Amino acid sequence: MSAHLLEVRHVTRRFGGLVANSDVSLVVEEGEILGLIGPNGAGKSTLFNLVAGLYPPTSGNIVFAGEEITRLAAPARCARGIARTFQVVRSFDSMSVVENVIVGALMRRAGAREARHKALQVLDLTGLSRRAEAPAVELTPPEKRRLEIARALATEPKLLLLDEALAGLTPSEAREGVELVRLIRRRGVTIVMVEHVMEVVMPLVDRAVVLDLGKVLAQGSPTEVVRDKAVIEAYLGARHRAA
Amino acid sequence: MVEQKLSAQNAVVAAPAEPESRERDSIDHDASLRGFARRRHRELAVAAVAAVAVALLPLAIHDVYLQNILVLTLMYAALSQSWNILGGYCGQISLGHAIYFGIGAYMSTLLYTHAGLTPWFGMVIGGGVAALIALTLGYPFFRLRGHYFTIATIVVAETGLLLVLNWDFAGGAQGIQIPYGPDSWAHLQFARDKLPYIYFALGFAVLTFIVTFAIEDSKWGYWWRAVKDNAEAAESLGVVVFRSKMAAAALSAFFTAIGGSFYAAFVSYIDPDSVMGFQFSLLIALPAVLGGIGTLWGPALGALVLIPLTELTRSSFGGSGNGLDLIIYGVLIMVISLARPEGLTSLFARRRGARAGLEARAKQ
Repeated sequence: MSAHLLEVRHVTRRFGGLVANSDVSLVVEEGEILGLIGPNGAGKSTLFNLVAGLYPPTSGNIVFAGEEITRLAAPARCARGIARTFQVVRSFDSMSVVENVIVGALMRRAGAREARHKALQVLDLTGLSRRAEAPAVELTPPEKRRLEIARALATEPKLLLLDEALAGLTPSEAREGVELVRLIRRRGVTIVMVEHVMEVVMPLVDRAVVLDLGKVLAQGSPTEVVRDKAVIEAYLGARHRAA
Repeated sequence: MVEQKLSAQNAVVAAPAEPESRERDSIDHDASLRGFARRRHRELAVAAVAAVAVALLPLAIHDVYLQNILVLTLMYAALSQSWNILGGYCGQISLGHAIYFGIGAYMSTLLYTHAGLTPWFGMVIGGGVAALIALTLGYPFFRLRGHYFTIATIVVAETGLLLVLNWDFAGGAQGIQIPYGPDSWAHLQFARDKLPYIYFALGFAVLTFIVTFAIEDSKWGYWWRAVKDNAEAAESLGVVVFRSKMAAAALSAFFTAIGGSFYAAFVSYIDPDSVMGFQFSLLIALPAVLGGIGTLWGPALGALVLIPLTELTRSSFGGSGNGLDLIIYGVLIMVISLARPEGLTSLFARRRGARAGLEARAKQ
């Protein structure tokens, strides 16, 4: 039996009186693309932040590559191979595009020159090379999303967490985004993506976990999930039932 | 409007139309690395020329008053460069750097007058003590964000001032007079000659410039700017924010204290108000802010404008007691900050990209 890359075990997170995640358990296998979906307020972002280490769970455990990481801070998780993007883009706006990526590349490189070299390679991969010297603040929104992915990739993660990385893109931009995600997976990075746009996500992911009201409602292959009655009622609605 | 159009056009050009074009989209890495190295070398060359020019200035300037201004300008350029490490690069705005300046001034002076130790030794000790105090203060304060951090630095500096005012061993409110002696580099004492002070201050300014230059393309430099721009994003990329701030604070305090030791030797008399007053915290921060916060050249440019301006308005209009010098000084600062909110360095940023980057910095 191969060990899971990530295991979330009975995780609960409360914010005051609000239970954002309630007894959530799920596993992520090495090499897969897992979609984390659900309606607004389902607790997707909370779960995402718990895995990334923005805050600890109220109870439960998180295990990554066989190691308990429940109480580790975000930088320590990054060092173990977890990288993320943010739903609302957070570029370093006083720096150039390549400098943004250098920050990530320094995770596994002590020297600035090697980090710059690595950053240029990652910019090639993400299609941002031509913008390397541009100030990050000048990028268009889709370019900024790519920059976030580039920065995260530069830390050489085992697991990449994408928080609505395809949201707010035009169909052609989203298509390019999907290509990029596939490319990243081909390079051996496991991906968990929170996504809203079902049409984009479903063909891309190997497995989907549906959250609703802070609980795991269903999980399985995309086709299984979209046929699940509870899922259709809770989230997908009449549109998908008709289809 | 024009800028927006331009950047939109660039975006169209830069965005790959199809994923297959991505290979063609890649650039020559070696050329890019060489270009970066060339830019860095050019910056050093410009600095070397500027330093040599300043070193030759005393050949033309014999007036003691003007030489005095030169010493102060160089000293504030160096102090502001030190402040810039924490305030400009790491984004932690301190308005309490007078405490480190005072620690440097008092440490070297007390070691000199009581133990006969050379100020060269005293300034290293002072720098070390200042760095330790910066770390001690940083431990609680770096949990505060934004304005609250700034307020805390002001309060601590004022507290330090009150402590020294009541510290009899350090002369209390009367301060300490450094005893006259023969001119000597070992004791940093020169009764009439300003030249040695000019060269010391120049060396100090060059040192802080080189340190900042080295930081800019180092792990700490990138980490500090990431912390300033977005701490949460920085943490997600492995940057330990708290440790980054502590390192910036210690380095910044160390060099500020060296400036304090130098100033004490230069004026050969210190008292709490003349080395630890709030005005020093402002004078240390202002050149960097005016010149371009978080930039390599900002502090020097700012000091070049600000310090002669302070001194000349004071000597020209300060005698009347009606505060005209301060009014002129204040108005000029306002004019500069309104005309160049992103700092004076933006005057030299010819490339549109560089200027946009500076504007983004100014907005923070």
